[in-house]
Amino acid sequence: MTTQLTPERVEPHVGSAPSEQRRAIRQRPNRLANRQRPGFLTYGFLAAVILGSVFPLYWSFLIGSGDASTITRQDIVWWPGGNFLVNAASVLENESVNFWRAIGNSIIVSTVVAVSVVFFSTLSGYAFAKLRFRGKTGLLIFVIATMAVPTQLGIVPLFIAMSKLQLAGTLAAVILPAIVSAFGVFWMTQYFGQALPFELIEAARVDGASMIRTFWHVALPAARPAAAMLGLFIFISTWTNFFWPFIVLDRQNPTLPVALALLQSNYFVDYSVVLAGVILSTVPLLILFIVAGRQLVSGIMQGAVKG
Amino acid sequence: MTTALDDERRIRRIAFSQKLSHWDVKISPYLYISPFFILFTVTGLFPLLYTAYVSVHEWHLIGGEGDFVGLDNFSFVLQQPQFWIALRNTFSIFLLSMIPQVTFALVIAAVLNENLRAKTFWRMGVLLPYIVAPVAVTLIFSNMFGDQYGLVNNLLGQAGIAPVQWHSQELPSHVAIATMVNFRWTGYTALILLAGMQAIPRDLYEAASIDGASKPRQFFSITIPQLRPTLIFVIVTSTIGGLQIFDEPRLYDQYGQGGANSQWMTITIYLYNLGWGQLNFGRAAAVAWLLFLIIVLIGLVNLAITRTIAASNDITATPRKSKTVQPRRQKVTA
Repeated sequence: MTTQLTPERVEPHVGSAPSEQRRAIRQRPNRLANRQRPGFLTYGFLAAVILGSVFPLYWSFLIGSGDASTITRQDIVWWPGGNFLVNAASVLENESVNFWRAIGNSIIVSTVVAVSVVFFSTLSGYAFAKLRFRGKTGLLIFVIATMAVPTQLGIVPLFIAMSKLQLAGTLAAVILPAIVSAFGVFWMTQYFGQALPFELIEAARVDGASMIRTFWHVALPAARPAAAMLGLFIFISTWTNFFWPFIVLDRQNPTLPVALALLQSNYFVDYSVVLAGVILSTVPLLILFIVAGRQLVSGIMQGAVKG
Repeated sequence: MTTALDDERRIRRIAFSQKLSHWDVKISPYLYISPFFILFTVTGLFPLLYTAYVSVHEWHLIGGEGDFVGLDNFSFVLQQPQFWIALRNTFSIFLLSMIPQVTFALVIAAVLNENLRAKTFWRMGVLLPYIVAPVAVTLIFSNMFGDQYGLVNNLLGQAGIAPVQWHSQELPSHVAIATMVNFRWTGYTALILLAGMQAIPRDLYEAASIDGASKPRQFFSITIPQLRPTLIFVIVTSTIGGLQIFDEPRLYDQYGQGGANSQWMTITIYLYNLGWGQLNFGRAAAVAWLLFLIIVLIGLVNLAITRTIAASNDITATPRKSKTVQPRRQKVTA
């Protein structure tokens, strides 16, 4: 191994060190870059893992591009058929499911929720991380504690409230409970704590900027990377969310996961149509993933998020 | 002229703007956090507390609030065999998904932690399933795990193994549902663990390999103990999420009742059936509270177990660490 330190390299006599030993020492800062490359087996293992992550999507395209008989064949078909567009059309034209409406609804709900969570979280996160006020620690602990409370605990009263307000069945009923997030506040507080030096804020204050101007011109630009990651997470989790929209929305006005569930709820399930619907509902996030997957990866690794 | 008056006015203006600025500093923080707290109180906190109120009342979807009934809803639920079946299924699915998931995620993370080419590509690759909605994952897998024509049984048949009744039998249905959860979350968990692994000082590994520790030995004696906080985080969050599982069992067949004999009915499906099937909100709220208490309890147990397991493995004690200081010191002298 090139990375292993032999005892000679660890304990050179500094005064009389031969030049090659010195070079070895001088190269130490680069040793991370010089770490040994892993072998063929490692890449083979990772390739197998990735094959496993892609396969179910491929399978769903396989079935979604076949016809009803593909599913009942005893031998396994490994290549897509030519029926995807036909199946996709019967998903989109299915009158009891409202798929077009579901696509529009999912875009509206996910966007509104992501924008509002990012906005309110940035504002509170800045205050928690960088401003002084009475009761700060207690309030922050409260925010963190609420993150551990399961969402299911509140759905019964939430449904009663939405019915009383005549909002059941509308998109507002899905959006309202999600417009703020304790997790978002925690995330932005942590980011501001590390990434925004107090000196910058003080400099702006000394120059006579008001508090809100300081927030707008100093804190907000500094928050952009973290805000983008938070927005991405909230968008994805809202897009894929099923439980609450399923309870509060009806079949005339569904979001995509609710519409998918409706596709399957018929007495006879035509999987070639259902899985074509799965592909249709996943493609938007797939595109988002290709564009911003890198940010998603570093977001998870920085913040250790689950939700 | 009126210079004295002007001065006085100017002084007053400065004093006023200072006062304004003072209030600006005092009040702004509260203004910034208040939207969150107001909205959270209305949409988050109020429903939580109100669940407790609903759970001690007779309460129906149509009739609305009825009489105060004390703990009747709780005792009714606890006497239902369905509740205990749901509890058992939930735990079975939870264990089948968490243990393999964390184990496999540890392996993937360890491999990703190697000095790979095209790091980002591999990391994105393992994360891909995360963007597939649980509903979509379930529809795909319930097709693959079909009892009659499913892919899995087809493959088993080709290998000469008798088909498994993935839907009609209890344990196989739990395995299938746990597989869906694992498919979506393993890569995600692996990335969290990878972040934890990267924070472990490399010196520890160098010292260990000087001492002749093999790679597996290093993994169990350095990586696992050092990952303790990350592991606790992963296990606690997946407990909170895992015990609430709904999407996968709900859509595992087209009827959504958790199977003809409740083979895979979970607590949250039971809650949903009480509330929106039988229209009895009082009892549904009682189940919500019971689930919450169970989650808190399990979270605490998990925490205790994880602590002991990780602590008993910890041999990264001081003598080894002190050795690793040497190279650094010499870098300075060189």
